[in-house]
Amino acid sequence: MSEKKCQNILDKYHNENGSVISILQDMQEVFGYIKEDTVNWFSEKLNIPASNFYGVATFYSQFYLKPRGKNIVTACCGTACHVKGSEAIINRMRADMAIAEGEDTTADGHFTLENVACVGACSIAPVVIVNKKVYGSVTPDKASAILKDYEGNTRGR
Amino acid sequence: MAVKAKTKEKKKAPAKGKKTGSKGAAAGRPVKRKAGGPGIKDLTIKVCVGTGGLAAGSQDVINEFANELRVRGIRADIARKCVNKTGCRGFCAKDVIVEIILNGKTDVYQLISPDKVSRIVEEHIIGGDPVFEWLAGDEYHAFHDRQTKILLKQCGQIDPEDIEAYIHVGGYEGLKKALSQTPFEVTEEVKASGLRGRGGAGFPTGLKWEFCSMSTEAEKYIICNADEGDPGAFMDRAIIEGNPHSVLEGMIIGGYAIGTHQGYIYIRAEYPLAIQRLEIAIKQAKKKGLLGKNILKSGFDFDIHIKQGAGAFVCGEASALMRSIEGKRGMPRAKLWRSAVKGLWDKPTVLNNVETFANIPLIILNGSGWYRGFGTEKSTGTKVFALTGKVKNTGLIEVPMGMSLGEMIMDIGGGMTGRNRLKAVQTGGPSGGCIPADHLDLPVDFDSLSSVGSMMGSGSMVAVDETTCMVDLAKFFISFTQHESCGKCVPCRIGTKRMLEILTRITEGNGKEGDVDLLTELGGDIKSSSLCGLGQSAPNPVLSTIRFFREEYESHIRHGRCPAGVCKALRQYMVNVDTCKMCGKCARVCPTGAITWEPKNKARLDKSKCVKCGACYDACPFNAIM
Repeated sequence: MSEKKCQNILDKYHNENGSVISILQDMQEVFGYIKEDTVNWFSEKLNIPASNFYGVATFYSQFYLKPRGKNIVTACCGTACHVKGSEAIINRMRADMAIAEGEDTTADGHFTLENVACVGACSIAPVVIVNKKVYGSVTPDKASAILKDYEGNTRGR
Repeated sequence: MAVKAKTKEKKKAPAKGKKTGSKGAAAGRPVKRKAGGPGIKDLTIKVCVGTGGLAAGSQDVINEFANELRVRGIRADIARKCVNKTGCRGFCAKDVIVEIILNGKTDVYQLISPDKVSRIVEEHIIGGDPVFEWLAGDEYHAFHDRQTKILLKQCGQIDPEDIEAYIHVGGYEGLKKALSQTPFEVTEEVKASGLRGRGGAGFPTGLKWEFCSMSTEAEKYIICNADEGDPGAFMDRAIIEGNPHSVLEGMIIGGYAIGTHQGYIYIRAEYPLAIQRLEIAIKQAKKKGLLGKNILKSGFDFDIHIKQGAGAFVCGEASALMRSIEGKRGMPRAKLWRSAVKGLWDKPTVLNNVETFANIPLIILNGSGWYRGFGTEKSTGTKVFALTGKVKNTGLIEVPMGMSLGEMIMDIGGGMTGRNRLKAVQTGGPSGGCIPADHLDLPVDFDSLSSVGSMMGSGSMVAVDETTCMVDLAKFFISFTQHESCGKCVPCRIGTKRMLEILTRITEGNGKEGDVDLLTELGGDIKSSSLCGLGQSAPNPVLSTIRFFREEYESHIRHGRCPAGVCKALRQYMVNVDTCKMCGKCARVCPTGAITWEPKNKARLDKSKCVKCGACYDACPFNAIM
């Protein structure tokens, strides 16, 4: 944990009412996920119980308590994507990445596969996003090909 | 973003001519030249760079245009057309769309790829004759001509990152007019317009403002709800990305009407481009004196803050959203008071949706009478819908309230893709329901939709055909709401879970007699005893599909058959010996050896070994696997 980075975040929100969510968002931006020691540091500085941070972090789907993979693959599961067959795409990608049951990140930390309710690109459903690049009208075969492109990508997001 | 840099560079070129000149020469760029070539006085090329456009390769098309024009020494402003990242002007199905305005005449091309660019430049831009076979056809015009665009009019036309562009088309005139009136007059005008909240429930906006303006508390708030969480809806994002100032202007007018100085925009973190556009817009408005202290020297102060959501569907609910702005878990509270009495930080608060605010400047500027000219008696104005699913023309459409469902799906949407017929239209996302195909003459407004057990919701409209299983669709929505339930109250937290369990067992072939009645009873209880809108509307997708497609549920339960062929566990595969051409592809892909085949013989399927994976079905080129 870098205290200086934390202090920067703290300075930004010190006097603002209701900043727990904003602090967690910045924390995740800087460190990649929500780390326990960082939360404890903020909890002491702001005199807000760490349980408050924990409660908020677990309520919102945006926060991660575990480190994520180098490449983030997001499959849209919105209505339009569902109707156009997103489930088959997700199954194929899980199989291709060999992600263990109940996990969302590959054992080597190369890929994280997550679902999102809707990215608002319904006209080109089904949609898969890899590291913020959007792929439209995806089929299971196309999904496999897309993943292949990122197999060598270790630079990550 | 590369496009943005390009446009800016072009605009700034004369100012720092020396710098770019030397740099450009080094990089092999041409020396600046006026729109040249024979007969070219004025040329603009607009290329869509929405999410749809980019995925279809619009960046390559832009590069190719730049390249071709450079080689031929023609200067053009390759502007962004569909500046909104998704919605654009709606027609993402035909991306990449390229608009060429040559000497004042506009031609629109569709489905353009980089290899087509050279011919367009050669024949159209230089030769003056458009390439007819690539021009957007009847579908494009049918899609646009039947719409009534007042909110989306400027989206995709003006530069959303330039306040002057908005002012040029009459922006902030509504604010000027409002500030010359009393807050009471402004509220009365909005009331008279009959505008109803576009977030879903359709509460009259003017009334909401009136309640809040009557409060004598010194501190009040106005909030714009941009937490567009409904899967299948993206109009709020398109409006913010395409015309952010219209939302700001609406908020400032609203702030003036209810007498507050503080506004918040609560927006999903999933919309990074929209957030960026809003930040730019707020900065520009402040610089122009349209936001901040003493707006337009009227003595009225107003400021807007952006709060990012963190991914919780329930935060679209008013009281949960306010808890979230306060930095807490986004859980709804009991409605002991209206939020107009006690809302954010327990102060009187008005919360309206993005689309609602975008309507306000137009109403103030043109008058409530003008606005009432659109739509129906009880649902005035226009509404933006996100038309998606299995229709030909998918995208954002803006139509007057009360247009029939059929006109939207068949005429604007262009009918269904493929051979399958329309089965139902799902409106209102997870809070809405399915309207069967025989109700196509239903007028789409707040009250008509409620009368068939659906709702307007935020305006998502998903057309489904015969290959969609209604039980599976209901299960999809319930699993969504079950996942998003905040867990505060029992009917929603446990009720939706039980509904999901029942639906799951039906789709897996383990449904029991009486399950449908149980779902109906459970659904009714959840609706009547949940605390907030999420729980109260969660059973709608199930109840409406039971109402209109009960036979599909019963077919699953009694006959172990899924009519749409979606529910995997209920599928039965067999080889049609009449159409089997003895190629053997099915046997090769079968993972369990259930299919046996020998050359010159029909394939045979052993049902006891079949795991219903569907690989043979996908592999057969002759549709002989059923």
